[in-house]
Amino acid sequence: MELSGAQILVQSLKDEGVEYIFGYPGGAVLHLYDAIFQQDAVKHILVRHEQGATHAADGYARATGKPGVVLVTSGPGATNAVTGIATAYMDSIPMVIISGQVPSPVIGSDAFQEVDMVGITRPCVKHNFLVKDVTKLAETVKKAFYVATTGRPGPVVVDIPKDITDPNIKVPYKYPKKVVMRSYQPAVSGDKEQIKKAVELLLGARKPVIYSGGGVVLGEASAELIDFSKLLGFPVTNTLMGLGAYPATDKQFIGMLGMHGTYEANMAMHESDVIIAVGARFDDRVTGKLDMFCPYAKIIHIDIDPASIAKTVKVDVPIVGDVKNVLQHMISLLKDHKDYKNKPQKKALEAWWQQIAEWQAVDCLAFDRGSELIKPQYVIEQLYEVTKGNAYVTSDVGQHQMWAAQYYKFDKPRRWINSGGLGTMGFGLPAAIGVKLAFPDAEVACVTGEASIQMCIQELSTALQYKTPIKIINLNNRYMGMVRQWQEFSYESRYSHSYMDTIPEFVKLAEAYGHVGMRIDKPEQVRGALEEAFALKDRTVFLDIMTDRTENVYPMIEAGKGHHDMKLRVATGTTTDRELA
Amino acid sequence: MRHIISLLIENESGALSRVAGLFSARGYNIESLNVAMTEDASLSRMTLVTNGSEQVVEQIVKQLNKLIDVVKLIEFAETTHIERELMMVKVKTSSSTRHEIRSLAEIFRGKILDVTATTYVIEVTGPSEKLDAFVAAIEPSTIIEVVRSGPTGISRGEKGLSV
Repeated sequence: MELSGAQILVQSLKDEGVEYIFGYPGGAVLHLYDAIFQQDAVKHILVRHEQGATHAADGYARATGKPGVVLVTSGPGATNAVTGIATAYMDSIPMVIISGQVPSPVIGSDAFQEVDMVGITRPCVKHNFLVKDVTKLAETVKKAFYVATTGRPGPVVVDIPKDITDPNIKVPYKYPKKVVMRSYQPAVSGDKEQIKKAVELLLGARKPVIYSGGGVVLGEASAELIDFSKLLGFPVTNTLMGLGAYPATDKQFIGMLGMHGTYEANMAMHESDVIIAVGARFDDRVTGKLDMFCPYAKIIHIDIDPASIAKTVKVDVPIVGDVKNVLQHMISLLKDHKDYKNKPQKKALEAWWQQIAEWQAVDCLAFDRGSELIKPQYVIEQLYEVTKGNAYVTSDVGQHQMWAAQYYKFDKPRRWINSGGLGTMGFGLPAAIGVKLAFPDAEVACVTGEASIQMCIQELSTALQYKTPIKIINLNNRYMGMVRQWQEFSYESRYSHSYMDTIPEFVKLAEAYGHVGMRIDKPEQVRGALEEAFALKDRTVFLDIMTDRTENVYPMIEAGKGHHDMKLRVATGTTTDRELA
Repeated sequence: MRHIISLLIENESGALSRVAGLFSARGYNIESLNVAMTEDASLSRMTLVTNGSEQVVEQIVKQLNKLIDVVKLIEFAETTHIERELMMVKVKTSSSTRHEIRSLAEIFRGKILDVTATTYVIEVTGPSEKLDAFVAAIEPSTIIEVVRSGPTGISRGEKGLSV
């Protein structure tokens, strides 16, 4: 079969099983768009801004586990995609980004819409390719998908000069079934001796904590994590990226850890004698001040990326391998272990749970339920109830993100879709569109704020075009809430540029984009409005919810402090709305 | 502490910038870096010298290994490898200093590559410290130019860095 480069790319995507491409046309990709026009197998989703394309593909990838695919033109199309590529990179999300490039003969001449995409993206991709020969195109696409989806996943850019896709140059096409790269062979199973050592350490633990992260979600190891935790009876804490990998409603779950984690999770980490980190990377938002991190604990760390191990925190038992594989191995070793049945540390564990119960009694997530203002935490609780905990929840970045993480009890992996590593405002709406395309029958909510939502608001138009009915929960506090909170705590409430004098009327804006807009001002309206919104099955609904302006996210570990040194909520509210105004 | 790392990398465009970019992006020190083809045209060999604590160097090795194009990597320990660096020094000469510079070059087993009425170009090869010593032995005001390749290394015995 002889095909042009443009046809080869489209056919390769089809042979790779790609369902959707998220993209935006332009000069350098016109040949490709012509090839897309002439087929139906791969559906193209036209976004309104290339950043939206990357986040939508990212949301699709996070919800399904399949790679997200993006197509952008050269120059500004490519640079607009960079934020989304970096977002995926920081959270290890498999994506393949096809970018057009100016024709090979003019590369380097500062041609119209030329930018060195391979150079610009080098520090924020797992790998990138510049295609120089049309006969290598299919193989390069295969390599891109292989690299993006195996090992520690990540985004891969394939930059294609316009002449490579020339419709008049046809070459034989065959999509490789398999690709072998001598320089890239990700580890699968962990070192047996290290796993044995870990099991011994776990069985002797008196104050253990299982600290699991996004690697469990990415590695499809949720079932293994549950089995493993149940066998041991240890408390489990999840990172922001790991939420849902261990069911939040299970009694062994002690909440998220880190900067806005629960009191019990952070105190348990601090007092622990053995910590097993499963697919987590000791991010600074998790560890707090490094020299105060888990001072009494021996640390076991399972990660597929050797570079994640001992990067910031010294580890006693490093295990490089796929989390699913390593956990399975550990489970079988545990079951066969002579000490497993008689549980030598049974008494110590009981005392440990007793201690944790005391920390839980602090009730660190309590908030003022009698307030006349809408409390954002209450909105998330109601969202949880109305959706029966089954929704896919995307979020933007800031206070609303933390409240969603704290109050929506995720019981399944891949339901919580947020930009954890890069912290990209504008992520939530396009990501929700990607999720809804993947699961048209599922409820998809985007929890956002009035600042974040405006960063990619144009994608409301995409949501209408492709009939992706999502529910936007806009916690509108007329502030960049998290910035304001830090200014309150650390800058004597000098609220420098953290509020906006002019905020659009979101109801009208939603209507202008062809959706339903609802404004909610009082706590008693929240439940009904949510029910009404979710009953509108085939409409995107924008719920503009006026929340308490002064609410802060608690608990909080401030910069430079350890896990045991948390700021907890004192009584109700720190300042009044009136004082702030 | 000084560490010398040698690696084989796919001979693709941009391979050098992946390595150099990694060092600048993550704030690692780089003292020298050299790169050239090997007997296998599909591979380049790179040798770099860096400075850092054991923990930092461990991360450097891991991060380099993580680059998709890096095929193999070795960190040379002090005793098991041979290290060589090439240097060319251009010095001003006069009838009174010529003899002295020539005998100095001989002591360091250097070669005089180019002679003019007023200059010598001297080549010296060896471990970096030897080159340092040679430069230190020359009267500073007579040095016109010093060019160094940065060290390359190879392990002793039968073991080698190959695919």
